[in-house]
Parts: sequence; C-alpha cells; structure tokens
Amino acid sequence: MNHAMSANNPSELPVVSDRLSHKAMRHVSERIIEALLFAAAAVSVLTTVGIVYVLVSESVQFFQQVSIVDFLTDTQWTPLFDDAHFGIMVLISGTLVSSFVALIVAIPMGTIIAIYLSEFAHGKVREVAKPILELLGGIPTIVFGYFALLMVTPLLQKIFPELPGFSLLSAGLVMGIMIVPYIASLSEDAMRAVPMSLREGSYALGSTRLHTALHVVVPAAFSGLAASYILAISRAVGETMILAVAAGMQPNLTWNPMEPAATITSFIVQVALGDLPHGSIGYQTIFAAGLTLILITLMFNILGQWLRRKFRESY
Amino acid sequence: MQIHDTPQLKAEARNLNFYYGEAKALKGINMPIYDKKVTALIGPSGCGKSTYLRSFNRMHDLYPGNRYEGEIRFFPDNTNLLSPEVDPIEVRMRVGMVFQKPNPFPKTIYENVAYGLRVRGENNRRVLDDKVEHALRGAAIWDEVKDRLQDMAPNLSGGQQQRLCIARALATDPELLLFDEPTSALDPIATGAIEELVHELKKRVTILIVTHNMQQAARVSDFTAYMYLGELIEFGKTDEIFIKPQDKRTEDYITGRMG
Amino acid sequence: MHANSLTTEQIRALIAKGKLKDAIFKVLGIFCLAVALLVIVLLVSDMVAKGSERFTVDFFLNFASRRATQAGILSAWVGSLLVMLVTALAAVPIGVAAGVYLEEYAKRNWITEIIEINITNLAAVPSIVYGLLALGIFVYQFGFGQSILSAGLTLALLILPIIIVSTREAIRAIPAMIREGSMAVGATRWQTCRYHIIPYAMPGILTGVIIGLARAIGETAPIITIGALTFIAFLPPVPYTTGADGVTAGMFDWVMSPFTVMPIQIFNWTSRPDPAFEVNAAAAGFVLMAMVLTMNGIAIYLRYKMRKNIKW
Repeated sequence: MNHAMSANNPSELPVVSDRLSHKAMRHVSERIIEALLFAAAAVSVLTTVGIVYVLVSESVQFFQQVSIVDFLTDTQWTPLFDDAHFGIMVLISGTLVSSFVALIVAIPMGTIIAIYLSEFAHGKVREVAKPILELLGGIPTIVFGYFALLMVTPLLQKIFPELPGFSLLSAGLVMGIMIVPYIASLSEDAMRAVPMSLREGSYALGSTRLHTALHVVVPAAFSGLAASYILAISRAVGETMILAVAAGMQPNLTWNPMEPAATITSFIVQVALGDLPHGSIGYQTIFAAGLTLILITLMFNILGQWLRRKFRESY
Repeated sequence: MQIHDTPQLKAEARNLNFYYGEAKALKGINMPIYDKKVTALIGPSGCGKSTYLRSFNRMHDLYPGNRYEGEIRFFPDNTNLLSPEVDPIEVRMRVGMVFQKPNPFPKTIYENVAYGLRVRGENNRRVLDDKVEHALRGAAIWDEVKDRLQDMAPNLSGGQQQRLCIARALATDPELLLFDEPTSALDPIATGAIEELVHELKKRVTILIVTHNMQQAARVSDFTAYMYLGELIEFGKTDEIFIKPQDKRTEDYITGRMG
Repeated sequence: MHANSLTTEQIRALIAKGKLKDAIFKVLGIFCLAVALLVIVLLVSDMVAKGSERFTVDFFLNFASRRATQAGILSAWVGSLLVMLVTALAAVPIGVAAGVYLEEYAKRNWITEIIEINITNLAAVPSIVYGLLALGIFVYQFGFGQSILSAGLTLALLILPIIIVSTREAIRAIPAMIREGSMAVGATRWQTCRYHIIPYAMPGILTGVIIGLARAIGETAPIITIGALTFIAFLPPVPYTTGADGVTAGMFDWVMSPFTVMPIQIFNWTSRPDPAFEVNAAAAGFVLMAMVLTMNGIAIYLRYKMRKNIKW
C-alpha cells in the first residue's frame, strides 16, 4: 500500500528503490486494468437495467392515461385514431397465433433433426449438416420475410385459394423454419451429452436405435430439450420482420391463422416507421407494448426454468 | 487344455479375432463357456478381456470400423453369434449384460426393470408386475425397493443401482449374462452383495464375468481364463488356475509379479 | 421359467418391425434436413432469378428512387458498412474485455453470478426490445438522434453476448499450463492475458466476432425502431470534405449522419405495392444474403480449421 502511494507521488520516489517503485507502478496499473475489465463486464448488467428503466418509465406514463383494465380487456387496438382504444389482447392474439404455428413446425422438425443427427447419422453426415443448419439460422429475418410474402404465400394460396395475401399462417410457417436450426443444434448438443453407457444399457437389452433414442436418450436429455424449446418460444414471440412483411399490420383480434393480423412486434415497427413526437401517447404505446412482450417472454422462461428443475438430468 | 467330467457347453469361441479398425485386439481365441457356470476373465488392463466379453452380445456393432473374424458358437442351437446373418438385436435378446458403472435409465425403478420386457412388446400390466417382482427378488433388491417402485432409479445408492441393473438384465430371462467389472465402482460391502448374488444366479443362468480383482475371480468363478495382449494364455478350472498355473505368464500375474 | 418367453419367429418379427420403424425415422430425419437445405437453395435461386436483371454497376452506385429500374442500394450498403464499423469498434473491445474479466479475474461471488445470469438472459431478449432501449436512451436521453452512432451502439449491445460467450469459450480451451507458465516467470495477470491468453484465444474470438457481425448486419427491427429513414438519397459526409452547403465536415461528423441500411432498404421495397420493386428487393436480398452467408461461412471454416489445428 505504501509503495503504491509513493508511486503516485514522483517527488517521493527516491525514498524507495527503483525496483520497488517499478513494482508499485505495476500494481497500480494492474488495478486500473482490472477495474476497466470489470466495467466492460458490467455493461451487460447496465443493458438490462436500461431496458427495464426505459420500458417501465415510459409505461408508467402510458398507464397514467390508459387504465390497466382497459388495456387488458378492450377488444380494439386503435391507439393512433381519434377514438383511441388500447386493447393489447388484439396484438397478443396475433403474437400467440403466429408463434403457435411456428412452434408446431419448429419443435417436431428441430427435434427430429436433432435425434437423427445425434443417434442415427454418420459422422460425415453430421459434419455437413451442422454447417448447413448454421447457415439457415444465419439468414436475416428480413430475407425470410421476403420468402414468406413472395414465395410461401403464393404457394399456400394454391392449396387454400381463400388465403389472403397477408396471413399469420404464412409468416408463422416461415418463422418455424427459421427456428428449426436453434432447436436442432441445442437439442443435439444435449443429446450428445448423454453418456454412451446409458445407450449401451438400452442396446444390451435388445433395443433398436429409435427405441433407445425415444425411451432413453430423449428423457435423459429432456432438460436440454426444454431449454431449446424455451429459446424457440422467445424467438417466435419476439420475431418482428417476418410478421411485419408477411402477416399484414392491421390490428385484428383473431385466433385464426388464415387471417392477417398485427403482432406486438409488428405494431412497434409500424409506429416507428411513422413520425411520432417524443412524449406523445403514441410514443409511449410502443413501450407499453414492449413491456408486454418482455413479460410474455419472461413468463415462458420462468415456466421453462420450472420444467427444467422438475426434469433435471439424473445421469 | 482338455477338461474332463465337465458340464454341457453353452458357448464356444472358435478362432476369434477382433479388430478396432486396423488394430487387432483379439488374437485367435478358442475357449468354451459352460452352461450354468461362472467363468471369470482375468488379465492386466488392455489385455482384451472386455473386448472379448463385448463380442458375446455384439456390442462392437454399435461403433463403425469394428470387425470380427471367427465364430462364437451358441448352444443348444449351435448358432454363430457373430455371423452377419444373425441380427445383433436377436443376440442381445438372448445375452444380457451388466456394465462396469451402474447405468440405470432416468426412469422409475419399475420402468427400469420393465424396460427389456417392453422392448419385447410386453405391455400387460399383470405380466409386467410379476416379472418385475421376480427379477427384483432374483437380484436381491426386492425388499429394499418394493415400497418405492415409482421412485427414480438414479436416486438409489451405487450398490442398489448395480443390483437394479442386474434385475433389469434378469427380467428377460437371458441365457448368458455378461458382467463387465461389475464391482469396480462399488464399496466393499456392495461388492460383497454382488458377489453373493453372482453365486446365487448361476443356478439359473450362465455367467461370464470380467474382473480386475483376482480374489473376486477366485471367490465367484468355476472356470478362469487368463488373457494377455489379446491372447488367451490359459483356461481351466478356477482352483487349478490359481493353485497350479501351467503358464509362466499366468503365474506371474496371479502372484502379483505383473499387472 | 421360459414359459412365456417368445419364440425365435416372434423375436424376428419384432426385430423386423423395429428395424422398419428405424428406417422410417431415418427417412423422416433426412427429409427434415432436406427441407432446411431446400429452403436455402430456393431462397438463393429465387432471388438470383428474380433479381438478376438488377445486377449492374448502377444498382450499387444509385440512390433509392421512386422508379424501380433506377433505384439502387448505394446509401444502403454504405450505411450498413458504417454502422458495422461503429458496432465492431464498440462491441469487440467491450465483449473481449468482459470475456477476459469473467474467465481470468472474476471471483466466484454474487456479482459475478448476476453478470453471468444476465448475459444468458440477454440472449433471449427480442431484438426489437434493444431498439426500444436505444430509442429511449441513445436517441433521446443521450441526444444522439437517429444516427449511425445510435444504430451502431444498439447493434453492439445486441451482439455483445455472442462475443462474450465465444471469448470465454476460446479462453477456456487454453490449458492451465500456459497460464501457469507465464505467471511462473513473473508476469502479472494482465501481462499473461495480454501476451498469452488473448493471442491464443484470438481465432475463437474472431469467429465469435464474425458471427456477431453477420447477425448485426441482417438486423432490421431495432434499427427501424430507433427511427432510421427508409428513403435516403445522400451519403454521410466524408471527413474533411466540403459538401454542397459549403460546410467542411469534421473527422467524425459521419457518425451523427442520418442513414439507411440494407435490410431496411429491402423492407421498404417488399412493402411497396408495385411489383417492379420486388425485383429490387430480390436483388438487394441476394446482396445481403451473400454478405451474411459469406461471413458465416468464414466463421464456420475458421472453427473447422481451429479444431484441426489444436495441438498444445
């Protein structure tokens, strides 16, 4: 400590030997560097604090003008009209329906691919398949939006002639494809982590590959699978551009995927595209919508944590 | 290596070679396995005893690049277990296995024991109940678990887990039961219980056991095979092998000068 | 005892049934993988087929226009590059520093625990929420406005978890002996990091940075949320040049400039009713895909090389 202080004050340097003062300098700079590195790590916490602060503070102002009961029960969402209604259920329905469609595609497909890659495929197939999945997962969502609107929708219209040009179905299906790589890759990691001895135990009793996969490997890896499903739900609920492009942006309280509808996210985009004055009720609306989005995501994550704890790996 | 006044053959290795890719792990093994007897495989680490054991239920078929040569004849039907025409699954339905480390499935105690039965398409609750109880009794663990059959198996102690794994293998009435160093992960008391069980089980089933522990081989087995560097050096009745080994290498190993 | 065991025929029938199920599942697995591959192929080929008539030099050198045939992506690709520059300058040092801190310095206590849980959770936060954060903090609180700076910082926060996690993984793969060796000759902790840990971890860090930037360059929602314009017919000021208004730009004036980026340009074109703009969207989509897939391809290749070359 003494050395450190003298090093800070050059006039006292002759008191200590050169070697010691050098060491003291080193000590101080080490401390400064550690503090800087810590500050960098703290940025992630600040990000979270910032998100919570922004969403909550703007939402508080929003709820001073709109009652929470109206927000949750009103069946219309017309925040920018003269006759303004703020029924968030309108947006939640679009978010849930499109997410549901996406998960119906993504969970089975992702899980099947994961089981196939982990339990059936040869090493060579896996070496080729994993990068392909990674590339698929890296495609920008705006490109997927283009794909949904200009390729998938026309294709679906051949099967369902009454399908409109914008629909939750088309956006949801493509969202599902987009999510497949996340589920496949995380689930595969979880299944590969299951010890070989469990598989051997099953094979030694005369099991086939599929029976071993479904009755031993999947239950053993369940907590990892659950984690991948939860991430998939977060992705689906938070996905924006595919919906903004292909699902239409008109608010529509519906549970029918064949209809166009706005979601929480596509509403935010729609408002942001316009020119809203800072501090207006319209401006605050998107933060209230954002807060709702985060709470839904959080809810699913807590559910997932609970599920994981219930089915913790026991091998 | 002629043995007289011996019981019936259950299986016989004939000129068995085995390769992990290019590496030859078993070299021309010829050896009988006698019905309703315990045969112990001993030898230093890496001598091929586990490799040999795992040939009997075609475990090596699970991994690419493995290759067998020669035969393992299985009696009474004189099937060659290693023949490409014989499905490994069919082999495994006749030959049970207990592993080095207890490997209960992440399921209930009941479902662990019922697993092999369900694999065989058995879903009748009463049949399952009967067979599960019978197997658990056979593995001397029934009294400890009968009140908590629906508990998760991985919550049992190590020794209980291993006896559960034995029950799991017994439930399907295998003709031959393979033990791959079944006590190496257990404490002395649990080890004693397993050894007693092996002794009891030979009334019902033929047993082939790999062990590191020579006292264990001497205690539980009727016949002993000493392997070294992938070769079968000596095979005979356990007392004869331990009292009067014919081969210098066997003697060195048994007396602790090697291994 | 063998009273109700199965006959050989029954066992063989059972095995045959099981193997059939195996085979069916295998086909199903390959089919699902094929769908994934097919989507990529379909997307790329459709964009090439539709957009090919726009693959001219003019398309890259023209500003957006009301007439589809004359519209280009100049302001979009320049904007994307500049935003990426800001993102990389902010995210790489902070991400690597955070990764180094968590692996080499952090003590096992509740603060570290909070930071770690935080990073995991941030990865699940929808990207549009980062846009709302940036709108409230960067655009209005800090007064950066709807600028390249705001956008770059927003995306930097978004990809920070990716860079931190890959840095940590890369550091964790370095054997303790290298660390101990350096400490043993009297190096301080920072010297060990600076001259040993970070250089050895570099390929892994680089892979994470590329994947992060590939993610950032395709992000649309957060940038729209901060209010980026969709129609920009000028470029940010080049440092030390004089614009049409007679004002000489400073070194960093460009960071405060309004801008647009590739994904927003594509969004703008897909949302127009005139089908002529679909062609532009396809062509621009292909350019964006090419950028992203190339970056991801490089990252995958790097990782592959790394796995081959590990020889401590």
